Amino acid sequence: MTNFTDLTIKQALDGMAKGEFTSAELTAAHIDAVANARVLNAFIVETPELAMEQAKASDTRRKSGTIGLLEGIPIAMKDLYCTKGVQTTASSKILEGFIPTYESTVSQNMLDQGMVMLGKVSCDEFAMGSANITSGYGNVISPWRAKDDTKPRIPGGSSGGSSAAVAARIALGATASDTGGSIRQPASVTGLVGIKPTYGRCSRYGIVAFASSLDQAGPIARSVEDCAIMLQAMAGWDPKDSTSVNMPVPDFTKALGQSIKGMKVGIPKEYRMEGMSPEIDTMWEQGKKWLRDAGAEIVDISLPHSQYGLAAYYIIAPAEASSNLARYDGMRFGLRVDGKDLTDTYESSRAAGFGAEVQRRILIGTYVLSAGYYDAYYTKAQRVRALIARDFEEAYKHVDVILTPTTPGSAFAIGEKQDDPVKMYLEDIFTVSVNLAGLPGISVPAMLDSHGLPLGLQLIGKPFDEETLFKVGSVLEKAANFTAKPDMGWMNA
Amino acid sequence: MDKQTVQKVAKLARLKINDDRAEALAKDLSGIFKWIAQLDEVDVTGIEPMTSVSGQQAYRRPDVVNDGNKRDDILANAPEEAEGFFVVPKVVE
Repeated sequence: MTNFTDLTIKQALDGMAKGEFTSAELTAAHIDAVANARVLNAFIVETPELAMEQAKASDTRRKSGTIGLLEGIPIAMKDLYCTKGVQTTASSKILEGFIPTYESTVSQNMLDQGMVMLGKVSCDEFAMGSANITSGYGNVISPWRAKDDTKPRIPGGSSGGSSAAVAARIALGATASDTGGSIRQPASVTGLVGIKPTYGRCSRYGIVAFASSLDQAGPIARSVEDCAIMLQAMAGWDPKDSTSVNMPVPDFTKALGQSIKGMKVGIPKEYRMEGMSPEIDTMWEQGKKWLRDAGAEIVDISLPHSQYGLAAYYIIAPAEASSNLARYDGMRFGLRVDGKDLTDTYESSRAAGFGAEVQRRILIGTYVLSAGYYDAYYTKAQRVRALIARDFEEAYKHVDVILTPTTPGSAFAIGEKQDDPVKMYLEDIFTVSVNLAGLPGISVPAMLDSHGLPLGLQLIGKPFDEETLFKVGSVLEKAANFTAKPDMGWMNA
Repeated sequence: MDKQTVQKVAKLARLKINDDRAEALAKDLSGIFKWIAQLDEVDVTGIEPMTSVSGQQAYRRPDVVNDGNKRDDILANAPEEAEGFFVVPKVVE
């Protein structure tokens, strides 16, 4: 009896190709699994009827020989993607009840490849956060628990619903998005693979915008191969997104299992921080050894402006967000709270609809763009950004790929790091520079820490060189042999 | 950052914030901006601001109508609509 929810996407595709089972069976098993895992609060909207319709249509298509890259595969869709006819909220109350009349390009691409959609999964509100504790629809809880306590743990953020669903085996894969680390950090803390492709590789059309020069769509799945399959289905030039780049999408799966002999792997010295956890250091050393054993050369490099990445990010991202979120004014869509006049209506609607973190970031962004401060903050941050991008360009003259930890630690307990916003921001310390430079980055599960919680290693690539990330990532994956699954007994207690 | 500055910025952002929250936010934001001030250390002489990520020119398409006639779609999520128009608070006296 096939344990449908324990398969990889590749295994599911193979099983259906061989006629061992249908998408209808596979999807029904996942619909049940989703219903039994509501304690995680991963889904904002479950779409079981739609999913079964799509599954049956997929089985019919398969009979006539049409087999897409994701044919019949049940996927969880981050609620940042506009899905036609299905509520899309960006995990905000300001969009409660908003039903898009159009489909995002990335989800349309996936539908064209035969995807089955289980529902819309939660995230941090407007993708702002690293723990999925700012969703307007409640915290998402990780299926993972530490072995030595019973505290509910974060699934990471902003794509916490995506990571929780895939880790809990209630979806075979999930779409996610990454502005400062929101694919890679959740993947790292839930023992999954997540890739943020190069800026411009996937279309942002129909994805609720947070920071337009940083946002990128990408998958979270249980293997490097699954991510390669998903990314191929998701990616591609889109004339409706003028920042998407007109480059052919290679068959990413061909990069898997190739030799990395002679490849140069860069280790940035600035990423070794004072007071860094010894376990993170051990994992990093282990990663270096795995790659050396596979024939790669480890090269020390310097990314001199690394320490300024987070600060630059926390000017640029809120600035762009303050501009992008100006559209939520209660006039044409979204929440309207009537006020005594137009301005009062704007102010009341936005105050009622946006959560605290979103409001905080809008205020930061508005301030740094305001008259008298624009040059000191925003322009300065843009120039620091140019230096960070240049650091990577220089490094890539000497190495092919860069290896770092993904996160400074494993999943912390829900409630921690909330006394000081900066503490939470530091979760993204290893991931933000990748977004600032527009580069691709992947997180691959490496090991469990002393609490039994997952930790991931990050590979950063050259622009549009996702193939190298899949190539080297599959080497790390094989060497790490990470087979741990969350012990979900607590969910039925 | 003080309470008055927070209220000024809130006005620009069209966000209603009461006095107590403005007080708390002033503290939060002061802390964040103190942390951000580390960028003052960076010498950016001769560095242009990075305004494009991929460095490519914006894609241009032929200047022809290729969309439209979707009034009902556009109004579908309106908080208030009437006779094919968005109904909004009075703007002009």
